[in-house]
Amino acid sequence: MSEARYAVGIDLGTTHCVMAAVDLTTSDRDDVVEGIEVIPQLTAPGSVEERSMLPSFLYLPHPDELRAEDRVLPWGEPQPFVVGELARAMGGRTPIRLVSSAKSWLCHPGVDRRAAILPVEAPEEVARVSPLQASTRYLEHLRAAWDDQHPDAPLADQDVVLTVPASFDPAARELTAEAAAAAGLSHLVLLEEPQAALYHWILAAQGEWRKQVRVGDIILVIDLGGGTADFSLIAVTERDGSLELVRVAVGDHILLGGDNMDLALAHAVRAKLAVQGTQIDPWQLQALTHGCRNAKETLLGDATVETVPVVVPSRGSKLIGGTLRTELTRAEVTQNLVEGFFPVVEAAARPASRARAALTKIGLPYAQDAAMTRHLAAFLGRQVGATRNLEGFEDELPDAATFLHPTAVLFNGGVFKAPPLLARTLEVLNGWLDAEDAPPVRLLEGADLDLAVARGAAYYGHVRRGRGVRIRGGTAKAYYVGVESAMPAVPGMEPPIEALCIAPFGMEEGTQAELPPQEVGLVVGEPVRFRFFGSSVRRTDHVGTVLEQWTPDEVEELEEIEATLPTEERQPGEVVPVRLHAAVTEVGTLRLEAVPRVGAETWKVEFDVRGEG
Amino acid sequence: MSDSSRSFLDRLILALRAFIRTLGDKAFADGVARLARGELPGLAAPVAAEAKPSLREPPPDSALQLLALLQREGRLIDFLEENVTAYSDAEIGGAARVVHEGCHKVLHEYLRLEPARAEAEGARLTLAAGFDAATVRLTGNVVGQPPFTGTLMHRGWRVTEIKLPKLTEGHDVRVLAPAEVEL
Repeated sequence: MSEARYAVGIDLGTTHCVMAAVDLTTSDRDDVVEGIEVIPQLTAPGSVEERSMLPSFLYLPHPDELRAEDRVLPWGEPQPFVVGELARAMGGRTPIRLVSSAKSWLCHPGVDRRAAILPVEAPEEVARVSPLQASTRYLEHLRAAWDDQHPDAPLADQDVVLTVPASFDPAARELTAEAAAAAGLSHLVLLEEPQAALYHWILAAQGEWRKQVRVGDIILVIDLGGGTADFSLIAVTERDGSLELVRVAVGDHILLGGDNMDLALAHAVRAKLAVQGTQIDPWQLQALTHGCRNAKETLLGDATVETVPVVVPSRGSKLIGGTLRTELTRAEVTQNLVEGFFPVVEAAARPASRARAALTKIGLPYAQDAAMTRHLAAFLGRQVGATRNLEGFEDELPDAATFLHPTAVLFNGGVFKAPPLLARTLEVLNGWLDAEDAPPVRLLEGADLDLAVARGAAYYGHVRRGRGVRIRGGTAKAYYVGVESAMPAVPGMEPPIEALCIAPFGMEEGTQAELPPQEVGLVVGEPVRFRFFGSSVRRTDHVGTVLEQWTPDEVEELEEIEATLPTEERQPGEVVPVRLHAAVTEVGTLRLEAVPRVGAETWKVEFDVRGEG
Repeated sequence: MSDSSRSFLDRLILALRAFIRTLGDKAFADGVARLARGELPGLAAPVAAEAKPSLREPPPDSALQLLALLQREGRLIDFLEENVTAYSDAEIGGAARVVHEGCHKVLHEYLRLEPARAEAEGARLTLAAGFDAATVRLTGNVVGQPPFTGTLMHRGWRVTEIKLPKLTEGHDVRVLAPAEVEL
């Protein structure tokens, strides 16, 4: 491990980035010197402020739009683009030049993540960027901000922990690591966000956490950020007499977050205005969304308030004449947010999914069902067997259980600053538990819902040096390649596909899977593609296991993987039998290699991130 | 201004003033002569006696910057520049919410405010001798010697911290809000 002075945690969020650090030289096991790093950024043309959050927005200004002297940052030359608060503000007025939600694009299997496609709506003359470049820009800004404030300890020399959603697939993790490398972060590890939230809880409890959980506990982490919902289950076990934490399951990638809620409210209010005969334009809708967010916080934070006025200022300088005034009532917030996003449902409920139209406009695959509670029910239902093979947990769950029973819950993300949303989630969860005669969950008190992930990540950098408890668990999926079955060919029918396991569930960082006994053929000089699958529930498959059939709930298809054998020393077109070898790197990404029967040479197998088209 | 932070310009002006006064004022010239010989304590008394409290002109930058922030977040200038007599109280009230919300945000984001006196308004309080006349203003029957006892009519406000955004070199603070042209 490097001689870093700091462990730096970076939460590269869908809507905000946060950076925190632990001073490794002055911290010991229980006395951790840590804090949030401020991020200088442009907040208006020519005006630089230090903020604890960097909005994850990239604005690509017109050459005549913003003078170079108004783009100067505390470090160096002005860039031809704007990142952070000013980018968000300018993008509100000129959305065609704004890149947002780059992180969601980074894991969008339908598009080429290395291609300059953002902003999607930009006209021809705008030099677009790829999701990968946008993520790199945010990290470069954070790096410059750090280096400016720590000139004697550049970020490239520090241990950096970058967080990713637990639901990120191997390709998205690899792209995140690639963005970090491009931004010059050389000592990098990835950490799942719900785990980071739990590390922050451990940090905040200052050694008392052992008294708040016990062996046999299953902690459900619900992380609801600006743009994504992320679930994880972490079991409390015992080894050599001390408590251990094992992450046993992670949820699917759900593009649903706090921003959806603010927008839902704004649309409800817009509809109300439309009934009164007032149409509002996109600029006003943005102001309305902003007003609704504030009104929502007031209504959800104070149970005695029944209505909050929402005003949309006029765009021109005539403020008094042109301002629209309406109000948001408690009933509207309850109906749209509490009932709309957190309805009371049965444990057997599942999210509704519509079949997608064949020709969809390029866009992010937002969750089709806005009900967070249904997504949670689906997650716990699918993971009912998550602890079946975990030592000490074999008899914890009754046979009749239809979902995994968590015993404690940790909330994270800005959405849960609203007590009614937290209370409703608890109410629904405890209702499910009660129906199966299980005790209600305990609420693990976390603080700092916006900043916990970055602080927890920095703390993890400290813990990795043997100075605290680590969450074990490894990869949360088993991985398979699709191979054609050896059935006789039937004319007009595609040969059925079998799934060959090449990486078992729970591979730890820095470990390698065995070589599978089965070989596949690679054609020299030609890219050969394989279908690639993952399963978050098949915990006992080992390398070489072949699945002949499976349900979509059990195994999901990921993006294809691709290998190209160089033509050196071989005839183009020659078929070389290889075995596919999986390893989890120290960074935390999955690496696949093709290993030929003879010779020491191996070839990297790439995740295809170029999209389906 | 402390002596150590005098800029070159300040020193130049001081030198010119000293030059002119040394020519016309014999007592001052004697003082300068003593200063030149290194007799600093002897100098302090006459100069202090003669120095009048001076007025300074604060640089306009931060005032304009704060105005721009109040306009950006709270539309303050739009509001103040409108003719309110033409509108009903309800209309003015709607706009006042925009102004209040935005300006309140600016006030608390960039300044840390606290009341100059912690006591509740209406409370009786006693001011000992040597109280700070800049923090507490006496009104009404102001006679006699301290300690003074009176009623707190207004708690006052005091800024304990101010942190305005940094401005880039060449940024024109006189533009409080740019004109917006939609293409």
